[in-house]
Amino acid sequence: MAKVIVVTSGKGGVGKTTTSASVATGLAKRGYKTVVIDFDVGLRNLDLIMGCERRVVYDFVNVIHGEATLKQALIRDKRLANLDILPASQTRDKDALFKDGVEKVLNELRKTHDFIVCDSPAGIETGAVMALYFADEAIVVTNPEVSSVRDSDRILGILSAKSKRALDGDDPIKEHLLITRYDPNRVQTGEMLSIDDIMELLGIPLAGVIPESQSVLTASNSGIPVIHDEVSVSGLAYQDLVERLLGEEVPIRFITPVKKGLFKRLFGT
Amino acid sequence: MSILDYLLRKKKKTASVAKERLQIILAREHIDRSGPDYLPELKKDILKVVEKYVAIDYDKIQVTIENDGNCEILELNISLPDFAGGTTAAMNKVRKA
Ligand SMILES: Nc1ncnc2c1ncn2[C@@H]1O[C@H](COP(=O)(O)OP(=O)(O)OP(=O)(O)O)[C@@H](O)[C@H]1O
Ligand SMILES: [Mg+2]
Repeated sequence: MAKVIVVTSGKGGVGKTTTSASVATGLAKRGYKTVVIDFDVGLRNLDLIMGCERRVVYDFVNVIHGEATLKQALIRDKRLANLDILPASQTRDKDALFKDGVEKVLNELRKTHDFIVCDSPAGIETGAVMALYFADEAIVVTNPEVSSVRDSDRILGILSAKSKRALDGDDPIKEHLLITRYDPNRVQTGEMLSIDDIMELLGIPLAGVIPESQSVLTASNSGIPVIHDEVSVSGLAYQDLVERLLGEEVPIRFITPVKKGLFKRLFGT
Repeated sequence: MSILDYLLRKKKKTASVAKERLQIILAREHIDRSGPDYLPELKKDILKVVEKYVAIDYDKIQVTIENDGNCEILELNISLPDFAGGTTAAMNKVRKA
């Protein structure tokens, strides 16, 4: 059975697209046929993070409106043969997505793929609701910061009230908390909400902690999802996340403060 | 305050301030979500009426919804400013069958 996983947050800029790219890549690396869909209509960015921006011809909205076939719009990842990207359109208005159209595309993808990862736009408007509506699982991306935690809580409310599973009375969407841009040193000095604080506030199981790390920027600069970077803490933390999503028990790493030596200060993490 | 007090005084860490604030606001927003759709409007209307008589400290309003089997009880606690020797709390209860 194919699984639809939405990566959502409410708040903008917390790491949804970074996470979508790495989770999709990680699942494909593990051998699952995976597709990652950009729901951010008008603000396409997933293509850049996946490094396929120059190969975009047709997009998600074209497919929904019958202007292109799914096959024409899917972009095969250049590193992994079992990974596809469905880009968002750059021009159309937000109402370009509608439920029946999205459902048709998802149902078609369910036949050919094991995992469908949906990169949600920020906010709680149409685009975000479309991205989460058909989800089986949700990764709620949260930064250790007040407004992000509050917005994650609002998104959790929407997942449990307005999603298809909620409205149909099916089993609820399986929720995963992902804390990103975590800085153990600042947590230790009492300047940043801790993992326990956030878990207590949001009350959903923790699926991963991605530390604040410079390699995320390096990865996006070069269009290679950070999970490919096997020497960076964030790359490894994303690998752990993927394993947990697949049901494996993996301890959380990189959450204890590190003393920054001269070397690290000079060369970064 | 003595110098010793001053030196020993611990500044409250901002992370725990953040947590406390979030606990309060999330609890409030959960009530608004879990209650009937008209709850936010009802709350505003009730407050408007009370405000005709006294100034309300919006920090000190508490709303709870309890379900005791066959009916839901909405409780709105509004702390009134000092009067009659400092008593507080006016209670409005709305019962819904
Ligand atoms: N773990 C991390 N460490 C450092 N920087 C990060 C980390 N995760 C994300 N970022 C940076 O944060 C910024 C926002 O990331 P991203 O685009 O993934 O967020 P988003 O939630 O998709 O944003 P939007 O809501 O606009 O779609 C980017 O510049 C990215 O490089
Ligand atoms: Mg994004």
